[in-house]
Amino acid sequence: MLRIEGLTAEVDGKPILKGIDLEVPAGEVHAIMGPNGSGKSTLSYVLAGREGYEVTGGSATLDGVDLLGMEPEERAAAGVFLAFQYPVELPGVGNANFLRTALNAIRRGKGEAELDAMQFLKQARARLKELQMSEDMLKRGVNVGFSGGEKKRNEVLQMALLRPSLAILDETDSGLDIDALKIVADGVNALRAPDFSALVITHYQRLLDYIVPDKVHVLMQGRIVQTGGPELAKQLEASGYASVQAAA
Amino acid sequence: MNTVVHSGAEGFLHRFEGLRARLPGQRLAWVQALREAAAAQFRAAGFPTRRVEAWKYTDLRPVSDAAFDEALTILGDGDTLPAPRGERRAVFVDGRFREELSQIEGAGFAVGSLAEELPRLEGRLGALARPAEEPLVALNTMLFEDGLVVTVPAGVAGGVLELRSLASRSERPSAFHPRHLIRLEAGASLTIVEEASGPEDTRYLHNPVFEIDLAEGAVLTHARIQREGVKGFQLGTVYARIESGATYDNFTLNAGARLVRNEIHAVLAGPKSACHMNGAQLLRGGQHADTTTVLDHAAPDCASRQTYKTVLQGKSRGVFQGKIHVHQVAQRTDGYQMNQALLLSPDAEIDSKPQLEIYADDVKCSHGATVGALDADQLFYLRARGIPEAKARSILVEAFLQEAIEGVTDETARAALESAVAGWWEKEAA
Repeated sequence: MLRIEGLTAEVDGKPILKGIDLEVPAGEVHAIMGPNGSGKSTLSYVLAGREGYEVTGGSATLDGVDLLGMEPEERAAAGVFLAFQYPVELPGVGNANFLRTALNAIRRGKGEAELDAMQFLKQARARLKELQMSEDMLKRGVNVGFSGGEKKRNEVLQMALLRPSLAILDETDSGLDIDALKIVADGVNALRAPDFSALVITHYQRLLDYIVPDKVHVLMQGRIVQTGGPELAKQLEASGYASVQAAA
Repeated sequence: MNTVVHSGAEGFLHRFEGLRARLPGQRLAWVQALREAAAAQFRAAGFPTRRVEAWKYTDLRPVSDAAFDEALTILGDGDTLPAPRGERRAVFVDGRFREELSQIEGAGFAVGSLAEELPRLEGRLGALARPAEEPLVALNTMLFEDGLVVTVPAGVAGGVLELRSLASRSERPSAFHPRHLIRLEAGASLTIVEEASGPEDTRYLHNPVFEIDLAEGAVLTHARIQREGVKGFQLGTVYARIESGATYDNFTLNAGARLVRNEIHAVLAGPKSACHMNGAQLLRGGQHADTTTVLDHAAPDCASRQTYKTVLQGKSRGVFQGKIHVHQVAQRTDGYQMNQALLLSPDAEIDSKPQLEIYADDVKCSHGATVGALDADQLFYLRARGIPEAKARSILVEAFLQEAIEGVTDETARAALESAVAGWWEKEAA
């Protein structure tokens, strides 16, 4: 379970998160919606441990373990996975090599045996097939020359391989056509299990037609101002964020 | 017995006076004339100082202030040669050919020691080298004792030849000045994998000069791995003349030495010839590495590619100077030059000086230079996937170098370079 209490954070001295309280029980998928500039991406970066995002107060724990004191790689080993809004291109780094290095780093962190090249390839091929991705993807540089949709699918492929206990999807739907959106949603839904939880950050309700959340939270100006069921997303789609603001 | 130890140019001139009668070729008038002329040039020029434009960024005082003895040519106890990379190799210890360590039989082409071949090298030795312009080449000409002589006959595919240079352990700094002559006749091909190393606790100077001539359609791959000992100096000069349709493919990895200068003078002398000069410099501590290239496009329809990458740690210093001279006759020249540096420490420094002189009007010639640190976004992406910071950094540095190394098409050469880079990293991580 992810538990966030009174979390405040700033970027370049400017307060962005102004007291977030949030619980995502194991096995649940929660959505965070909100207008641009509300702090959605900041929340995801703070949880993943990006430099430059300074926590000024509060706490965040995953299954009782404090996340905020850890290095990014330690958080990943503890089960946190951030699917990036803008996946980074790594020219000169082969995707297969990258995926295997990451997978083995996580396995090492969990005390599991590392996979050799053949064992890895077998796993990777199975996940590629599920995500309807070409094996060529393994041979290319990480995200180099990938279309927007391919980059997002590569994020989901990584998630499927690394099997996190908490996935944070930061606007994974942006730049996806409807077919790619379904594939990505299927990839997330396939991971649903009693020991898996997800935080789906999105601006639009569309993704939530395919990944149906247990709860929807509305983030505005650094605070969660409303929480409801999946119907809240549809309500926002119909009446916009201004109505929430008025209500809050 | 003279026990006065002279340093600098004077020391070498003094040594020439003492050795003159014993140097190879002392009975050949043409060799004598070459040496005497070179001695006069070196006496006049001395070691270049930073006041000389071509040496603005490299201070040779650590070399010129030192006194060097004649090499004693003794391999230290426990020095063993690693397994050969190909079927044939020529081994030089302190600049002298060592037949008992070499394997050059059945090469299918002529390969041997310059000291032995000297009587048959009139007109060839010194045909490309320019001691009047380059004082270190004058020094080499004055004092060379041996070297490799290779002649691949027309149409022969020579395969892989390893050129191994070792420096022996010594209490007194030694200096050696091998002269290597490589000739590929029309349509011949050869891959030379050259590796120079030495003990970590010995100060020495390795001052090699290559004269390489490639006849029509010949292809030479020249992979150079420089991992001299940390107290060693390497001041090397390569001259290459590339005739029509021929290709010279040079890759130089600088991963050792206290101070290294890798100077290449290449002339695209015939139409449709090509020259690739790529390299990587991996520097740490107080190392100084200087790559200086001078490329003459002296014929039409030629192509040249240069990609140099430098990774700097500690207080190391890197230099890249690249001059491309496109002669008036060299229409439809296709030239490209890129040098990039990755600064991993705030105390490291890179100096970069590209220089294009273009006298033809139908020319495609581009160059660029970048200097930067590791990309924070890339680093975070790797770490967010569970990859520890040190490993993430090494992945990004290797990726940075990859672009230069992947241009090496010969598999033996590329594998040798990749393992040398990996070896550098292992040392770095230790």
